[in-house]
Amino acid sequence: MSPTESSHAESVPRAPALLAVRGLRKAFGHHEVLRSVDIDVRRGEVVALIGPSGSGKTTVLRCLNGLEIPDDGVVDFVGQLAVDFSAPVTKKQLAALRDRSAMVFQHYNLFPHKTVLENVIEGPVQVQKRPKAEAIAEARELLARVGLAAKEKSYPFELSGGQQQRVGIVRALALRPQLLLFDEPTSALDPELVGDVLTVIKELADEGWTMVVVTHELAFARQVADEVIFMDGGVVVERGHPDTVLRDPQEERTRQFVDRLLNPF
Amino acid sequence: MTINWDLVWSSLGPILMGAVTGTIPLALASFGLGLLLALLIALMRLSRNPVFAAIARIYISVIRGTPLLVQLFVIFYGLPSIGVTISPWPSAIIAFSLNVGGYAAEVIRAAILSVPKGQWEAGHTIGMSRRQSLVRLILPQAARVSVPPLSNTFISLVKDTSLASLILVTELFRQAQQVAAFSQEFMLLYLEAAVIYWVVCLVLAGGQSVLEKRLDRYVAH
Repeated sequence: MSPTESSHAESVPRAPALLAVRGLRKAFGHHEVLRSVDIDVRRGEVVALIGPSGSGKTTVLRCLNGLEIPDDGVVDFVGQLAVDFSAPVTKKQLAALRDRSAMVFQHYNLFPHKTVLENVIEGPVQVQKRPKAEAIAEARELLARVGLAAKEKSYPFELSGGQQQRVGIVRALALRPQLLLFDEPTSALDPELVGDVLTVIKELADEGWTMVVVTHELAFARQVADEVIFMDGGVVVERGHPDTVLRDPQEERTRQFVDRLLNPF
Repeated sequence: MTINWDLVWSSLGPILMGAVTGTIPLALASFGLGLLLALLIALMRLSRNPVFAAIARIYISVIRGTPLLVQLFVIFYGLPSIGVTISPWPSAIIAFSLNVGGYAAEVIRAAILSVPKGQWEAGHTIGMSRRQSLVRLILPQAARVSVPPLSNTFISLVKDTSLASLILVTELFRQAQQVAAFSQEFMLLYLEAAVIYWVVCLVLAGGQSVLEKRLDRYVAH
């Protein structure tokens, strides 16, 4: 179901670039949330964004999807579309940017007045104007893959958090985006439900989906990510292979952060 | 005091006729038009355009700050003096619609604001325009929240239509007045009118419960 080949574990450098972000800046009032952030994502690659709350990692993600408009910087889907935020951007540019990615939210943000199936086909049918029968067939296939085939007629409130988040993931996949964005996808879940959702995300990574994941799950990042980016205070402090950044960080701030997550007491 | 039951029965016909051909269609038409206007005003009030927002704010302030009876009289008895003459029925519908528009606009605005911001964001991320998100995601959820307060508005409106009797619209209360004047049984006829209003409002309250249940099917209980 994914366009690209799988197995990104060892062959990092060879995949072609999908996304190049340069000099991303964003301030809310006087508070500078992002101070020149660069990020590269290759096709089929998983990039994990980690860092303390307020570090700007979620804002980076939201800028990629046009949920926030950066004050400056370039978001470049290489060879397709480069949006330069140093000048005012048009609605059209934003729409084109947004259409290339799909977001999975921390709090799922499912549509409560629609059934599971309706949630999934809303984008394909209403926005992408795909035939309804085809969208339904694809939605059912995706729901079955995450173990929710029997829930298509349920409303979100009838599902557990883990099930809701899996619907959120399917809703994003149904858009057939080039890039999946995960904003702390397991932070709102009860601990015993985290595993199910992470398993689904890992499977998608293995299939070759390209994704940027904001997460506090370091074990997950180490296992799944091709690159880990540690942010603090609106800048990238350290980036590299997960084994390096998470096990043998070069920067003091990274070391402190990782220590604190691994040994909270 | 003995109750003149013969009069009760014989007056029931004309009074109910006033309800069916006057009060109820007047209330339905005014509520329908008023809701459309209210949606427009609410969206203007929420708009980022400061001119739209200001117009909406002033409109709501004027409507809520002046008596309905005065609004009705300005339209029916006032406008002719500047050359605009509107007959009773249209005058009543205009006045009541404008009035509902002002009150319901605030209800709708609050209901739209009560839908979590994440719903707009989810709409955005599946590629929807703001208008699409509003129509397909936000308004259906806002509708659920606004049923109880809008039912209040509607029930008030049904009773307020009695004011239309003062601009010569033949509706429930005007019929009761006429029978009362003819028979001199004021207490009886006005109480009879009150009971009929009450019954109509009971039916409406029942309708509200049904509607609420229907719209509540997607929330936890």
